[in-house]
Amino acid sequence: MHSQKEILSTIDMIDHQHLDVRTITMGISLLDCASDSVEVTAKKIYEKVTRLAKDLVKTGEDIEKEFGIPIVNKRISVTPVSLVAAACKETDYTPIAVALDEAAKKCGVNFIGGFSALVHKGMTNADINLINSIPSALATTERVCSSVSVASTKAGINMDAVALMGKIIKKTADMTGDQHGFGCAKLVVFANAVEDNPFMAGAFHGVGEAECVINVGVSGPGVVYHALQKCKGQTFDVVAETIKKTAFKITRMGQLVASEASRRLGVPSGIVDLSLAPTPEKGDSVARILEEMGLECCGTHGTTAALALLNDAVKKGGVMASNHVGGLSGAFIPVSEDEGMIEAALKNALTLDKLEAMTCVCSVGLDMIAVPGDTSASTISAIIADESAIGVVNTKTTAVRIIPAVGMKVGDMVEFGGLLGSAPVMPVHEFSSENFVLRGGRIPAPMHSLKN
Amino acid sequence: MKAIVTVIGKDTTGIIASVCTLLAENKINILDISQTVMEGFFTMTMLIDMKECVVPFADISDKLKAKGEEMNLSIRVQREDIFDKMHRI
Repeated sequence: MHSQKEILSTIDMIDHQHLDVRTITMGISLLDCASDSVEVTAKKIYEKVTRLAKDLVKTGEDIEKEFGIPIVNKRISVTPVSLVAAACKETDYTPIAVALDEAAKKCGVNFIGGFSALVHKGMTNADINLINSIPSALATTERVCSSVSVASTKAGINMDAVALMGKIIKKTADMTGDQHGFGCAKLVVFANAVEDNPFMAGAFHGVGEAECVINVGVSGPGVVYHALQKCKGQTFDVVAETIKKTAFKITRMGQLVASEASRRLGVPSGIVDLSLAPTPEKGDSVARILEEMGLECCGTHGTTAALALLNDAVKKGGVMASNHVGGLSGAFIPVSEDEGMIEAALKNALTLDKLEAMTCVCSVGLDMIAVPGDTSASTISAIIADESAIGVVNTKTTAVRIIPAVGMKVGDMVEFGGLLGSAPVMPVHEFSSENFVLRGGRIPAPMHSLKN
Repeated sequence: MKAIVTVIGKDTTGIIASVCTLLAENKINILDISQTVMEGFFTMTMLIDMKECVVPFADISDKLKAKGEEMNLSIRVQREDIFDKMHRI
C-alpha cells in the first residue's frame, strides 16, 4: 500500500493547491459535413457533434468522481470551419457558428473551438468569408471560439491577413460593446498554430488529425508554487529539479485521465498538453511562481529568465510522464486569468512590452490583454505582426488574444467573469503603425525554415 | 478494483467502526489500514478491494461522503491508480 504521506500529499494538492485536469477536449472532424448550403452544413455539424460528444461530459464527471480529481472543463474542438464551409454558396457562415453553439449547449460543454481559418500563406474565398463572419458569429453565440492562423515558420507572415484581423478584432469588440468587447476573449490570432491544442480559445481539430480524438490539458500552477516554497534561497538547479519532479506527477495524473477517458468513450487518445494554466483564483497563479523565484513583482527585471526556466522544466518533467505530448505545452501567461498578473499589471510592473518579451520563452503569446477601446485597428495589427515575428523566428507558437475594451481607458478594469477573470486596461504605444500595416503582402519565411 | 479510502478530521469514538461497517455492508473488503492520531487529529488511509461490490463507485463515494459529514470528518474514496501514477514510476 502507498504510504500515508504519499496519499495525503496527493489529497493536499487537490484540496489546497488547485491540482486539476484543466480540460478534456474532444476533437471532431467535420470534413464529412460539407455541402453546398450553409443551412445543410450547419444541420450536419449539429448532428455529428451531438452524436459523438453526447457522453463526453458524463464520462468526465464519472472519472472525476472515481479518481477524486477535478476536471474543470469538458470541451470540443472541430475542423476549421472555413474548410468545411468552402463549398457553400452563401458567404455568411454565422449559421454554422450558431449550430456549433447549440451543439455545445446540448452536450453540456462550456466552449467549442474551431470557427477558424488557416491563412498563414494565403486566403481562399472561404477563408475570407469565415474571417468576415467572425464578428457576428462571436456576437450571436455564447460558447463558440474562433481562431485564425496568420503566420508560420514555413510560410512567413501573411500581412494581408494580419491587417484584416486588426479590423476584425475591432469590429468584434464593437459588436459586443455592451460587454466591453467580450467577443474578443473568444478570438485568437496564431503564428505556428497547433492542430491538437485542447485549450480554448485557440483549440481546433487539425486536418492531420483522426476522425475523433481525446486531448487532455493538465494544469497545476498552485502545486508548482507550493513545491517551490520548500526551496527558498536554493540555487536554480534545485528550482529546476523541483519543478520537473512536480510536473512529472501532475502529468502522470493527466495521462491517466486521458487514457481512461479515451477507453470509456471508445475514442483514441491524442495528446496530453503539459501546460501550467492559471485561473483567477488565489493560489493558482503562474506570476506567483515567478515571484517565488525571488522577484518582488512579476514583470520586473528577471521575469523573462524565470519564465524560461519554468517553461523548460515543466516540459522536461512532463514529457516522460505522457505517451504523446502535444498542444501548446508550457506555461501560460493570460493576464486576466492570473491573479498575480492582474496585480502586477495594476502596479504597472507588468507592461505590454514586458509581456511581449515573456512570450519569447513561454508557450503562448499576448493572452487576455485588455487595451483601450479607442486603440486603432492598425495598432492591433502591428501587435499581431510583432507577436507573429517572435513565433516565426523562434519556431514556436505565439498568439494574440487582445480585447479593445469598448468605452474604457487605461487603468479601468474589465470584468469577464468566471475563468476568464478580469483585466486592467493596459496602455499601447501611441505612435502610429498605420503605414507599416498598409503595405500588405507577406513577410518571407526565415532562413531556418529551409530545413529540407 | 482497488481503491483508497481517506478519513481526515477530529478524533472521535467509532470512526473506524462506522467506516468499516459501511464498507462491509457493501461487500467491500479491507486489505490494509494505516492510522495516526496526532494531537487529536485523526488520519486514516485504507486500501480496499471492490471486486465483490455491486453498488456503483459513485454511490459508494456519496455514501462515504455523507457518513463523513454526519461525523464531521472528511471521508473520500479514490481509485488506487491515481496514487500509483503520481508516486510510482
